[in-house]
Amino acid sequence: MSESPSEDPALLEVRGIGKTFPGVRALGGVNLSLEKSQVLSLIGENGAGKSTLMKILAGVQPPDEGEILLDGKPVEIESTRDALDLGISLIHQELNLATNLSVGANIFLGREPLRGGFIDESKIKQESARFLEMVGLDVHPDTLVGNLTIGRQQMVEIAKALSVNSRILIMDEPTSSLSQAETENLFIAIKDLRDRGVSVIYISHRLGEVKELSDHVTVLRDGENAGELGREEVNHEAMVRLMVGRDLSEYYERKDRPKGDLALKVNMLRTPVHPKHELSFSVASGEIVAVAGLVGAGRTEMLETLFGVTPALEGTIEVSGSEITIDSPISAIEAGIALAPEDRKQQGLVIDMTVRENLSLAALKRDQKQAGFLDISKEQEISDEMIKAMRVKTPNEDQVIRFLSGGNQQKVVLGKWLAMKPKVLLLDEPTRGIDVGAKSEIYTLMEELAESGVAILYVSSEMEEVLGMADRALVMHEGRITGELSRDELSEESVMRLATGAPGDDQAA
Amino acid sequence: MKKILGILSLLVFVFVATSILSDVFLDSYNLENLLRRTALFGIISIGVAFVIITGGIDLSIGSVVCLVGCALPWMLTEQGFSVPVALAAIVGFSLAVGFIHGILITKVKLQPFVVTLCGLLLYRGITRGFTGDQSQGFGTDYKGLRELATGEVPIFGFDLPMPCIFLLVVAVLAGIFLNKTIYGRYLLALGNNEEAARFSGINVDRMVILAYVICALCSGLGGLLFVLDVNSAQPVDFGNFYELYAIAAAVLGGCSLRGGVGTIIGVVIGTALMQVLRNMIVLVDWIPTHIEYAIIGAVILAGVVADELLKKAVARRQASQS
Repeated sequence: MSESPSEDPALLEVRGIGKTFPGVRALGGVNLSLEKSQVLSLIGENGAGKSTLMKILAGVQPPDEGEILLDGKPVEIESTRDALDLGISLIHQELNLATNLSVGANIFLGREPLRGGFIDESKIKQESARFLEMVGLDVHPDTLVGNLTIGRQQMVEIAKALSVNSRILIMDEPTSSLSQAETENLFIAIKDLRDRGVSVIYISHRLGEVKELSDHVTVLRDGENAGELGREEVNHEAMVRLMVGRDLSEYYERKDRPKGDLALKVNMLRTPVHPKHELSFSVASGEIVAVAGLVGAGRTEMLETLFGVTPALEGTIEVSGSEITIDSPISAIEAGIALAPEDRKQQGLVIDMTVRENLSLAALKRDQKQAGFLDISKEQEISDEMIKAMRVKTPNEDQVIRFLSGGNQQKVVLGKWLAMKPKVLLLDEPTRGIDVGAKSEIYTLMEELAESGVAILYVSSEMEEVLGMADRALVMHEGRITGELSRDELSEESVMRLATGAPGDDQAA
Repeated sequence: MKKILGILSLLVFVFVATSILSDVFLDSYNLENLLRRTALFGIISIGVAFVIITGGIDLSIGSVVCLVGCALPWMLTEQGFSVPVALAAIVGFSLAVGFIHGILITKVKLQPFVVTLCGLLLYRGITRGFTGDQSQGFGTDYKGLRELATGEVPIFGFDLPMPCIFLLVVAVLAGIFLNKTIYGRYLLALGNNEEAARFSGINVDRMVILAYVICALCSGLGGLLFVLDVNSAQPVDFGNFYELYAIAAAVLGGCSLRGGVGTIIGVVIGTALMQVLRNMIVLVDWIPTHIEYAIIGAVILAGVVADELLKKAVARRQASQS
């Protein structure tokens, strides 16, 4: 665990940083060391203190204790301005670009070169082109940022950081909204920057990426250092063990369940987004079926069609043997279908309402008294029951959803639908943005629901989630189901082959 | 309760201040009048609160008040309609206005601001058209009907103006609807997050249309009572700016223009505050009457700024605790 083999001081050295918020000790004496030309990954569950540490380094918040050394000399970072002057740039999860302005204008926003009092457009173009070339982004500086894909916008953000001579780039979950190809481009750019002498602190929940990218991994747990991993030691099990303090086998607890009758049967379904392809498959009650595939494969669109958000153009849907027409979420819910959407905060929950109000929202109509009056006692019953069944950690049922952690928010979404006693539960990225501990709780809940006879169809982009949970997996590619894999056939290779469009030998659909 | 405490104390403060600054403020004649104005504006403010809770806006209220206010005497005195027919026509018109607004907003997907701005222009223009821009009034007739607005109900030795009874009924119904029925919950939920409401199986479009219908019905009832109260209406300025008074009262009363938040009692208190302020400006000698708008504007601004700062402080405290 000794940091630098040589006598040279590390580029950045963090010693004993502590930060306390009212009631919470976010960081307690954390150390971190970053070398020149190094990609350091910082991992840990949500709430482990990663974001707080990064905010301290970027000057967003001051630390309560400890010191920060740059090139061996202590520095004070009291504002984001200070951080930039020291060559530290933070690239946020949500990009901070003006989408209505050009690439060049964004790169020089707030630092526009002037000539005779006017903006020197030609200099912006010239300089921008240089930085864009450095990150390997082939767009003209005059292009509107809004016309670029998210992945390319991120490159613009990095170019902007380079333009202020950043030596240290801090990236917070940069790939969370990128496609596979964009992610690969980003990695190429990061490696290239490293070779040019830039150091990167990389924060991610995606351990596969961490493994591919990192020269060194620092793990935080509960605001303290949980361990360090050198380049050769980085693997899934080691990282998860340090993050949660337990083994991967405990992380997934899969049981064999008897398969029940057919709960959902989809035949020749055409969705508005991929009208050329017909989807056919079925899910039995008590079965957990994964929908694997790359981002943009049409998985979310398929779930949304099944739930009536974007009604099908053609095809039939049967629930428990009877054919039904689904033209809105209302008819889907009536048929016994529920959807926990990908965008929890935007689609799954009313974020400024309470836990109780969210848990009961879908059930209000069913439980209403005469003339639409609320049945307060029924609502109370559902709320109490679901908080218990879903093990929602909340001070009380009147807590506003906004203040719950991602994992607990997802439990509320699940509870809302469980109250409707659905036959088919659709889950879209059920553990996105949820920390490892809460993840395993969500998996346990899914297991329990399946055991009680619910048919579960879940979309996941995390390979381990597909391999670990599924009784069976459908793999999609560009709007088609390219294959179906049984439990025995499931492997990283078989899924990836189908997900990238190579027709499998065992093509079932 | 906590939410309306601020506005309630502001109301008490302005009330006490005015009673000190003016010796006629507490006269029963003035208080009665104040109550009557509060009740009339309260009804249209409750209406717009429903629309604001969905995250929308209704700018056509003043013009609906104008149309109804001019059409009632016009139908009765010039067209010779019977009272029931005229009232039915007004109810029908209000329903239709709300329904059309709602359809244009939900199905044609136009912005509420645009739809109701066009309504503002349309209904006033139409009124000036069918009345030939002539003042419409009851003259000395229809005393019985006018009792609905001018009448008084003696309660505990005090003569309570009739409009207060209307306000009470509207407010109680609105309060029950908003807090005790699933539809009220739906309105709050969709105002907060329309997409999540849709994903929860709520018929969002139908609820939004309903909110605009409620608003238009309240405007219609308001217009009816306003004209019965004052006896005649000028098409050119009857109900001018009333939508702004209504929106301001709702916002003062705790409704957020972002949607999802609001209480009926808050809106009523907000309305009362606006009317006491206007009354103060008229009664207190050293306040020039012609700066009324400036004072009201400043008070509303101060109110919402204080509210926003308070909310931020609360959110910060809660966020750092969780």
